[in-house]
Amino acid sequence: MKVDASNPLWRFRGITSTAMFFFAYLYLPIVVLIALSFNENRLATIWTGFTTDWYLVALSNDDMLRAAQNSLVVAVSATVIATIAATLAAMGMTRGRFRGENGVSAMLVLPLLVPEIVTAIATLLFFVAIGIKLGLLTIIVAHTVFCIPFAYLPIRARLEGMDPSLAEAANDLYANEWQAFKRVTLPLLWPGILSGAMLSFIISLDDFVISYFVGGAGATTLPIYIFGMIRIGITPEVNAISAMMLLVSIIFVSVSFLIDRIRY
Amino acid sequence: MGNILRSKRFWLIAPAVVYIGFFMAIPLVQMAYVSILERGDYGGVNWGAFSFNAYVNFIFERDLMDNLVVNTDYIQIFLRSFGLSAMTMTFALLLGFPTAFYISTQPQGRRNLLIFLVTIPFWTNILVRNYAWMLLLRNGGLLDSLLNWAGMETGGLDILYTPYAVSIGLTYTYLPFMVLPIYASLEKLDHRLVEAAFDLGADKRRAMTRVILPLAAPGIAAGCILVVIPCLGAYVTPELLGGGKFMMIANLIGSQFGAARNWPFGAGLGFVLLAIVLISMMVYSLKFKSLPEEKI
Repeated sequence: MKVDASNPLWRFRGITSTAMFFFAYLYLPIVVLIALSFNENRLATIWTGFTTDWYLVALSNDDMLRAAQNSLVVAVSATVIATIAATLAAMGMTRGRFRGENGVSAMLVLPLLVPEIVTAIATLLFFVAIGIKLGLLTIIVAHTVFCIPFAYLPIRARLEGMDPSLAEAANDLYANEWQAFKRVTLPLLWPGILSGAMLSFIISLDDFVISYFVGGAGATTLPIYIFGMIRIGITPEVNAISAMMLLVSIIFVSVSFLIDRIRY
Repeated sequence: MGNILRSKRFWLIAPAVVYIGFFMAIPLVQMAYVSILERGDYGGVNWGAFSFNAYVNFIFERDLMDNLVVNTDYIQIFLRSFGLSAMTMTFALLLGFPTAFYISTQPQGRRNLLIFLVTIPFWTNILVRNYAWMLLLRNGGLLDSLLNWAGMETGGLDILYTPYAVSIGLTYTYLPFMVLPIYASLEKLDHRLVEAAFDLGADKRRAMTRVILPLAAPGIAAGCILVVIPCLGAYVTPELLGGGKFMMIANLIGSQFGAARNWPFGAGLGFVLLAIVLISMMVYSLKFKSLPEEKI
């Protein structure tokens, strides 16, 4: 819709105020959490002064750091495998239509359709049935599954928007298929690949439910660690760790969004 | 078949599809199979021993005399989940439609920024988002202090760990899924149709109910599905904001793999939840010729 917003006909009662309320509702908890992570007071939500001490406490907590390290290992592994598989699949899917295409498309986005809890227990049952020991490896395998569609969709979108005559021109100029891919397609595609990879990374880093069920007792990722802490109680240290997680996610998504807007 | 194996396209697509097939499609089929197996004596399952106990247990339990009697505990959890999801959908629609409309009437650059702001919370950790609401809603929390400061003697708000808190948290968590598809519909809407309605003497209410809302219907339906489905499967919000006292379907499923150790029952519940999701997707795609996800 392209409308002249200054035209009074387009002003419906309550629209602007509801939208303002919406954004306040969406961002109030985030702002409050970040503000309270700098609050000196140990107990309540009463502001008694600014401090960065809770961040220092959090960052010198060895259990938390080990959990964060596990999360990084999982997210990096899942992202690398998922992004490679997704890039190949996206290139295969954009070469015109074929029989069974709808089925293949549905399979590629299946992980987005199935409720998380169902994925979690089905995967858990599967690993138990084939006798794999639960741990970081099983978490990586399960994360790769739901990272594939998150990497696939932006890469596919970028390929769809690409002019096919560019690769054809490379072929006309005697580039073989590999050269055409490396010199023409890849340089045009990398923003899509990078953007997809960053989204996979963040979705893996943030995942709680699936890790919680397929991780077993030994493998604690950062969200599992945070869940344990929240269950014990609200502390300034949890505020600081949570605020850090929030900022990492927001930075990653913003960068991914900016990369995706790079022109062809 | 030989042709397919020789085609380059097959080898490009195969890794991703085989990976998802092996680690997701097969586990889902296996889950349905486990749901008709016998429960193991010490947890786990007796592979090869069939039983429909998982589905019978949902409605009946055995009393001391070994008679089947109706047990409404699980039905209550299902009804609560449906009720909370419907409530969440309503709140999300009441907030989401006006917001999507507002965004769609803004200039292009501003629109992209606002849509980006709508999506950011989706990418942040769900535990953290719900934890933030614990800080706001608990007794002595921000909302409580604010009300007391404004002169209302709340004496402790007592809202955290109630269904209200769960509902607020669910709405917060799934709100972006309502705005995005509605915005996508409104963005494609031809504004001249609305202007034509005005020219033909429609007042604002009529232009809204007779022109804008019907044209936005696919987006509204997609938004409702995309909010209700993850709501039905919500695990974290009832756990944190409900304090584990107000179980929803996902918590019931999860508990079968923890303390209750009844895997076939958990698998059966998971299968029912999956069936609900797939059926609503199918109904949507038959009516609107696309999947609700494609609207985002």
